[in-house]
Amino acid sequence: MAAEAAVLRVQDLSRSFGGIQAVDECTFDVRPGVITGLIGPNGAGKTTVFNLITGFLGANHGSIRLQGTEILGLSPHQVERLGVVRTFQHLRLWNKMSVLENVLLGCATPAGENVFGLFLRAGTVRAEEQRARDRAMEVLSLFGLTDRAHELAEDLAYAEQKLLSMARIFATDAPVLLLDEPTSGLDSESLGRIIPMVRRLVDHGKTILLIEHNMELISELADQVVFLHQGRVLAAGPPAEITSDPALTEIYFGV
Amino acid sequence: MTAYLTHFLVMVAIYAILALSLNLLIGYSGIFSLAHAAIYGIGAYASALAALKLGLGFWGGMVVAASVGAFASALVAIPSLRVAGDYYVVASFGLQVVVLAVFMNWTDLTNGLAGLPGIPRPRLFGWVIDQPFEYVFLAAAFALLTWAICWRLTNSAFGRVLQAIRDDEIAAVAMGKNVVLVKIVIACISSALGAMAGSLYAHYITYINPSSFSLHESIFIATLVILGGSERLAGPIVGAFVLLAVPELLKFLAIPDAIAAPMRQIIYGALLIVFMLVRPEGILGRARDGR
Repeated sequence: MAAEAAVLRVQDLSRSFGGIQAVDECTFDVRPGVITGLIGPNGAGKTTVFNLITGFLGANHGSIRLQGTEILGLSPHQVERLGVVRTFQHLRLWNKMSVLENVLLGCATPAGENVFGLFLRAGTVRAEEQRARDRAMEVLSLFGLTDRAHELAEDLAYAEQKLLSMARIFATDAPVLLLDEPTSGLDSESLGRIIPMVRRLVDHGKTILLIEHNMELISELADQVVFLHQGRVLAAGPPAEITSDPALTEIYFGV
Repeated sequence: MTAYLTHFLVMVAIYAILALSLNLLIGYSGIFSLAHAAIYGIGAYASALAALKLGLGFWGGMVVAASVGAFASALVAIPSLRVAGDYYVVASFGLQVVVLAVFMNWTDLTNGLAGLPGIPRPRLFGWVIDQPFEYVFLAAAFALLTWAICWRLTNSAFGRVLQAIRDDEIAAVAMGKNVVLVKIVIACISSALGAMAGSLYAHYITYINPSSFSLHESIFIATLVILGGSERLAGPIVGAFVLLAVPELLKFLAIPDAIAAPMRQIIYGALLIVFMLVRPEGILGRARDGR
C-alpha cells in the first residue's frame, strides 16, 4: 500500500525478560494523523512496546524510527523532546499538585526551568510563564476541565483524571501521543466523554498510538489496528478486518 | 541579657539558613539528606582556612565555602541521584561520616579536635563587624537572602519540576524533564547555601572544631525542617526559632546542667514523636485529618 510515510516505524523489535520473550521481532508502522490501536490479550507485550518506544526499557535488538531518526537507546526525557509522549495505565498524575500545575508541567518553560535563567532573565521568565499559563488554560478548556483548574489532581473523579492525563501530554505539543488504555475502568457515560476526546486529538493534528484492551471498543477508537500475541504481531489492518477474523477472536477470547 | 538575646538571634538566623536550604531537598524535592551538618562544617572550615591560610576575608571565604560545599555535594549527588532517590540517604550518611573523619584526622589542615582559633571577624568596607548586634543584622540579611533564593526557586517553573519529581519521578521523566540533572542542581544549591551558613558561623564564633558538625547536628537540622513543616517556605524558620528557644527556656528552670543536657535530647525526641502523631505536616502544616 502506498500510504504516507510512517511517523513511527517499529522494526524487528525484541525484548526478553529472563526466559520470557515479551516482545518478539515486532514490526509495525504508525501513520500520521490517524489512531493506531495496539490490541491483544493480557501479556501480549503491549505495555512493553510502549516502554520500549518511550525509552523506559532498552531493547535486545531492533529499531524504532521517528520520522527517520533512530530513537531506540535514548532516555525517556530525550524521546519526549523529540516529540513522542505517553500516558500511563495507572495515570501517574502529580496528585498533590493542582490540575493547572499538572498541565503547566507539559507546557514549554525552558527559561523558568533553568536556574540561571530564573535569576538572570527575570523578564523572559515572567513572559514565558504567562504564555504557559494561557496555553494551559486553553488546553484545560479543550478538555472540559477549566472549572477544575485549581483543585488537586487527586480530588478529581476518575474519568476527569484520565482527561487530565491526556491534557498534560497534549500540552507538550509533541506530535505523537501514546495512550496506555485510555478507556480502562470507565463506565459507559465516561466512555462517551473520553472516546470523542481521543478522536478530537487527531483533529488537532496529533498522531496517536493507543493500547486498547476491549475488542468491542477498538472499532470506535482506532483507524488501524495492530494485533499482538505473545510478543508477536499477528495481524495489522483496519479494525473491521481484525475483529472479523475468527482466528484472532479465538486467540483473544480464548474460545 | 542583651548579649544573650543577640547570640540567640544570630543562631536562629544561622539555623534558619540551614533549615531553609535543607528543606529544598527534604520538602520540595523529596530527597532526604543526612549530610547537612557536614556541608555546614565544610563551609565553616573552607571559609576559616581561606581566611587563616590564604588571607582571604569573610566575603572571599564565603564564596570559597559555597563553591566547596556545592562541589562536595555534587561528588555524592552525581553517582547516587542517578539511581532512585532512596540511595541518597545512605550516600549522604557516608558523606557525613567521611567529612567528620577528615575534620578530626587531617590535623595538618584542620588541627584535629583542637580546632581552628582566631578566625577573623567580617569586614564591610573597612568596618569590622564585631559587635553581637551588628552580627544579628548580618546573619539576618543572609537568612533573608536565603529565603529570597528559596522563594524564587520554589515559586517558578523550576519549583514545579521539583514538586513533580517529589510526587512522581517517573511521570516527570515521561514528560521530558531531565530529572537527574534537576536533582543534582538542587543538591548543589542546597549545599552552597548550607555552606554559607557555616561561613557565617565560623566568622561569628571565631573558633571552630569538629564537634559542631556531627551526625547529631545533621539530625537536629532535619528536625527543624520536619517540626517547622516542610510544606511551607516559612516552616523551617519557625522550626529553627522554636527548637532553639526550647533549651534556652529550660535554662530558666532550676535544673542542673547534668540533667538539662540529656533533657534536651529527650525533649527533641519526644517532640518529633508527638509531631509525627498529631501534626505530621509540621507546626505550619495542617493538623491531622483537618483541612
